[in-house]
Amino acid sequence: MEMVKGERWITWIIRISGYSSILFVSLILIFLAREGLPALGKVPLGDLFGTRWYPIESYFGIWPLIFGSVLVTVGALLIGIPFGIGTAVYLSELAPSWIKNILKPVIEILAGLPSVVLGFLGIQLVAPSFREFLNLPTGLTAFTGAVLLGFIAIPTIVSISEDALNTVPNMYRQGAMALGANHWQTIWGVTVPAARSGLLTAVMLGVGRAIGETMAVMMVTGNAPVLPHSWNALFLPARTMTATIASEMGEVATGSDHYHVLFFIGIVLFLISLAVNLTASSLALRSKKRAERLLS
Amino acid sequence: MSVLISVKNLTLMYSDGVESLHNISIDVVANAVNVFFGPAGGGKSTLLRAINRLNDLADVSTVEGQIFYNGRNVLDPQVNVIELRRKVGMVFSRPAPLPLTVYENVVYGLRLMGENSKSVLDGRVEEALRQAVLWDEVYDRLNDPGISLSGGQQQRLCISRVLALDPELLMLDEPTSALDPVSTAKIEEMLQELKSRITIILVPHNVQQAARTADYSGFFLQGKLVEYAVGKGLFVNPREKQTQDYVTGRFG
Amino acid sequence: MDNSNYAQVSKRKAIVGVNLLRLITFITALPVIGVIVYIIVRGAPALSWEFLTAMPRDGMRAGGIMPAIVGTFYLAIGTAIFSVPLGVAAGIYIAEYASDNKLTRLVRIAIINLAGIPSVVYGLFGLGLFVLFLKFGTSILAASLTLAIMTLPVIISTTEEALRQVPSSFRVVSTSLGATRWQTVKNITLPQAMPGVVTGVILGLERAVGETAPIMFTGASFFLPLLPQSPMDATMALPYHIFVISTSVPGMPVQIQYGTVLVLLFFVLGMNVIATLIRNRARARRQW
Repeated sequence: MEMVKGERWITWIIRISGYSSILFVSLILIFLAREGLPALGKVPLGDLFGTRWYPIESYFGIWPLIFGSVLVTVGALLIGIPFGIGTAVYLSELAPSWIKNILKPVIEILAGLPSVVLGFLGIQLVAPSFREFLNLPTGLTAFTGAVLLGFIAIPTIVSISEDALNTVPNMYRQGAMALGANHWQTIWGVTVPAARSGLLTAVMLGVGRAIGETMAVMMVTGNAPVLPHSWNALFLPARTMTATIASEMGEVATGSDHYHVLFFIGIVLFLISLAVNLTASSLALRSKKRAERLLS
Repeated sequence: MSVLISVKNLTLMYSDGVESLHNISIDVVANAVNVFFGPAGGGKSTLLRAINRLNDLADVSTVEGQIFYNGRNVLDPQVNVIELRRKVGMVFSRPAPLPLTVYENVVYGLRLMGENSKSVLDGRVEEALRQAVLWDEVYDRLNDPGISLSGGQQQRLCISRVLALDPELLMLDEPTSALDPVSTAKIEEMLQELKSRITIILVPHNVQQAARTADYSGFFLQGKLVEYAVGKGLFVNPREKQTQDYVTGRFG
Repeated sequence: MDNSNYAQVSKRKAIVGVNLLRLITFITALPVIGVIVYIIVRGAPALSWEFLTAMPRDGMRAGGIMPAIVGTFYLAIGTAIFSVPLGVAAGIYIAEYASDNKLTRLVRIAIINLAGIPSVVYGLFGLGLFVLFLKFGTSILAASLTLAIMTLPVIISTTEEALRQVPSSFRVVSTSLGATRWQTVKNITLPQAMPGVVTGVILGLERAVGETAPIMFTGASFFLPLLPQSPMDATMALPYHIFVISTSVPGMPVQIQYGTVLVLLFFVLGMNVIATLIRNRARARRQW
């Protein structure tokens, strides 16, 4: 391969930079493992997966935390999916372009809002109003966290869903209309089903975003790492895995059991996000291949 | 009559299984307009891109045979393709000015070689633009973007870009298919002018253009060279039935 | 039911449906605007020259937030230094140099994963590697490196996308005129992709500037009497400051909280606006 002078170095730098992401993922895994795996040695496995999280008395059961994350994430999805996909469908199939030109930047702004700002507003505005309107002892609950998280996940869901819907070939829409379907029927009968793997990808990435969110949930879900006793757990304080790490890491002694367990939780989060992202990307890849085959 | 390029038993297949060229042997005669014509999919573009190794950019799975140029096989991996591409220039079917000014378009290849002296570049620009019959139209617009020219002018810009490198062989792949008749005529005229200095391979975009311009012509059909003749022979008196059918418009 | 009745029912369903979607979109979009307006309204009274340029007093309850603003700048610069050259180069690799093989797919998977890792896990990683193992301590350096790795996937993806948008005909033409791969990238592809690359960098830094969790254990501090003197010092930073003053400081005037939030919002939205302007201007001046 011919090169001009100096190009050999430049090509080498570019190649190494390209491989660097593999290096970094490995580093992250290695260092999480380095500090987190000792937890398996120091805390009996049964206790680690026990149901009480009370570090002061050496109760390191992480189930309440996992449950907290799941609860808040599921709640977030219950809001994020209908609102996110609904907005995406509206923007991509129905909205006149002047509305699109206003709303798309608005969604982008939502995506850019720092989570600490949203958490702040949660504390100042959202939690107190929920407390009043829903007659709760406190507004800092899993529900508040879910609502906030739903909004945080929406931009991710909207933008990827919109891409998926835009990729559906116009042929499909025109075909349906030629057969007598009106616009609405075309959307739900043809376009949305055609985009379904893209929409699924969007949801998965929304899930990833929600599970990984730290500050906003930490500030509004209260501070109670407990397993639920009843159905209204949603309206009680809870604790996610992310919030636990963020709030307790500052107070632990390096090398203590608590310290190692927090890193262990980090490993769990890393693996969850790995699973979510791999699924989402293989979905996206499969749908792209299918689309290419259909259009060729 | 000397031969510039000698293609011997060239077979080429893309990685999706499509066999583009099958056992092609053909000579390119120096200082003449060598026409490769035939219906779409015949392998003509592939052949051109094999000659200047532009196929290296594409998904080619097998190449067999040789292409001899100045005594060396162009397909040999040891060959310096950069040098090769300067000597064997190519013009594509859609005018493709680079996103630069007219001037910078023409000198692009020269700058790649390290030539940056303004006086040298100025001289080569005027020479190349004159050879491409474009100088009179753009001499006062050298700093305008290349895409501000009309379609025919853009294509002549692309030609002058190649000519600035002083090539031995100029390959044009359907150069006038996107142009109006006036621009087309200008370019055909220019080719006749150029052939005394440069060897030309032309893939015409219709049979009439082939008949107008050919000194030597080869008819390609689905990757095979069906017939080859001197001058207008193929159009007036084809030997093969397939050639006859295509030339008379029975298929296309 | 007969055809005309069916058509009518379908039409009614459609109208209800469309209006429902309109409502949904409205509910999604309105709070965003509402939130920004609200923050401006409640935070603007706190803004003053003193607020922006003076040191805090009375345990952060009065005075200015200058160290947090300066600290955020330092972190932004530090993040940019480490993530931009590496990220752009990696983007160039994927778009222009990588062949379609297992290694490339591994690189892609790695990037997707980096993008999805929760910010607090980055904080742990930064703590483990930079603060403790490499002994940088809680410092601007450690925090910047952590933020840089977090920002890397954004820059790589947007660079790759920007390069892909450049028509391949340019590459073919450039190659046919005797250019090496790097010459084509350097002379044509990268310059044409620049606006997209710059937009991506700005958006990546915008996110980094707003993050709290990655800097919490790696470089951010709350009570610092002095501005940081070197990259090895810890620093105050707006996101972390907001977090602490809104959750852990008794007697914290609400107005100062809103004011601080407003300043961070200025940064973030300002970068958003700049990125959008660059993107729109580039689209208008494209030569293809």
